[in-house]
Amino acid sequence: MATTVTNSTTTDRPTARTVQASVPIRDALTQITSLAWRALIKMRRNPEQLVDVTAMPVLFTVMFGFMFAGAISGSQASYLPILIPGIMAMTTITASVAAGVQFREDMDKGVFDRFRSLPIARIAPLAGPMMADLARYAIAAGVTLIVSALMGYRPGGGVPGVAAGVVLTVITGWSLAWIFMWIGTIARTAGAVQGMSMMIMFPLAFLSNAFVPAKTLPGWLQTVTAINPVSHVVSALRDLMNDGTFTAQVGWALLGCAAIAAIFIPLAVRSYSKRV
Amino acid sequence: MTTEGLTQIGRSNTSAPSVTPAVEARGLTKTFGTNRAVDDIDLTVMEGEIFGVLGPNGAGKTTMLNMLASLLPLDSGEARIFGYDVRSEAHAVRQLIGVTGQYASVDENLTARENLWLFGRLQGLSSKRAHSTGDDLLAKFDLTEAAYRPISQFSGGMRRRLDLAASLITRPALLFLDEPTTGLDPRTRGQMWDTIRDLAAEGSTILLTTQYLDEADALAGRITLIDRGRKVAEGTPAELKAQIGTSSLHVQMAEGADTAKALALAAELTRDTPIVTPTGPGFSIKLSDANQAADVLIALRNHRLDITNATIDQPSLDEVFMTLTGHTGDPRVPETESSE
Repeated sequence: MATTVTNSTTTDRPTARTVQASVPIRDALTQITSLAWRALIKMRRNPEQLVDVTAMPVLFTVMFGFMFAGAISGSQASYLPILIPGIMAMTTITASVAAGVQFREDMDKGVFDRFRSLPIARIAPLAGPMMADLARYAIAAGVTLIVSALMGYRPGGGVPGVAAGVVLTVITGWSLAWIFMWIGTIARTAGAVQGMSMMIMFPLAFLSNAFVPAKTLPGWLQTVTAINPVSHVVSALRDLMNDGTFTAQVGWALLGCAAIAAIFIPLAVRSYSKRV
Repeated sequence: MTTEGLTQIGRSNTSAPSVTPAVEARGLTKTFGTNRAVDDIDLTVMEGEIFGVLGPNGAGKTTMLNMLASLLPLDSGEARIFGYDVRSEAHAVRQLIGVTGQYASVDENLTARENLWLFGRLQGLSSKRAHSTGDDLLAKFDLTEAAYRPISQFSGGMRRRLDLAASLITRPALLFLDEPTTGLDPRTRGQMWDTIRDLAAEGSTILLTTQYLDEADALAGRITLIDRGRKVAEGTPAELKAQIGTSSLHVQMAEGADTAKALALAAELTRDTPIVTPTGPGFSIKLSDANQAADVLIALRNHRLDITNATIDQPSLDEVFMTLTGHTGDPRVPETESSE
């Protein structure tokens, strides 16, 4: 429990309670799950918010599958194992941008005035919707896998490999979303969040090995893709889903995700608190 | 004195000779660009009071309220809520207050019942308690039938009531009500007044802002008058009224009546200077007591000075401002304070 500050003038009133100096972890977790529940209800009542995790993966998979297959790998069957892990990474990154945009829109709503006036953990209004968004990333990965299966993708890693791939995809979406949440807390409008996030999202998704094998790139670009955490995620997804092997790439991918979260969670919480 | 709004609160701690005020602010100041929205305001609200902050749009009421509620940083000065500093102990302050703003701060995506459950959960109630407390509040505020309806179908009055209900979930010791009746129809307004009185009777301390003199008069034990960020007057409604007169009498004289004589009679009876009506024979005069209206009219009748019309007006907020600040409380001044 956190230390409690009691004040003799407030303890003996009918409305009095023990005044706490900070939010106990247990309470913070309840607050986060309550706000995740709110975000899920919002999602259910505004299904159009799910377009980016349902229609987009279909579009990307079909478009890239038919467009690039011949040029890059010669045949669709040999390209899908390279492409699908890349598409999964890309759709979740695209979906994670929405976290920041929607948070910025939410902040202007009246209910956020009340969140500010309540004695809740400062991280809760951010972490709640982030928790609900895990469902969005799982939907994006699932839709991509269904469409790719229809196109003939037969992952060699089997069910365990694919399941591990989905988990890694969800972790990646959640970690990267903290970058966009942070942008959401510093930008003036939701449109600005969208614009700024695109500038980060596109290099992350495309300056990687997501769509083409890295060895076909010029030397300097190979260096860029090598340090891009998304490349490690894509390599890890290929290893997990195509071969069912848990390689060092999985470790690097998780480490990259953890590093991003460790940097951007404090940044986002601090700049949100400052706006209050 | 100021005790009429006080309710009895059992205080076992008798060792403290001085009572900690619910609100204590010194030199409260907030500047937006070149506009001093709140300018060096001192304020003390005692526990159990209904305290009114009266002023026109843009006077700085909302800004001041937000500063006291730890929602807006102070440029200078200090403020304490039940002894807790709003700057360094904001978390403690937020456990003791409830805030109901001008715009309903409830979630449009949720039903009324879901809103109250969420706010209950966020404040540490178990899921079951959050539901039962929410249902009790919905019943109390006459919203049970609307419990499962989306907020988007709510009328302005219903939203306001739900918003107030949301502020009461943990029975906060101090309630900030920002213009609780602005935009409400007269019937709903009366209901809101009753609710506010009930809350005070149950032991809550209430700090409310309003643009309406009659509202401050009807509810508040003490009133502070704010204009352009500065405090211009403070006192009980009776004390403030004594400064501005309770009402004025407007008399329209019949054609050919001796207006000069009527003016002299009115001046003598009310000890005030009548203002001649610019558009026709007649005059207006301030009354410190409504019975003086009868005195003036009887005197006119006794002197066979015929009138065609006579009306008594309550002083408007503008008149209060004219008297106390020398200018009108211009409602066209944009509300720069509510955007934060």
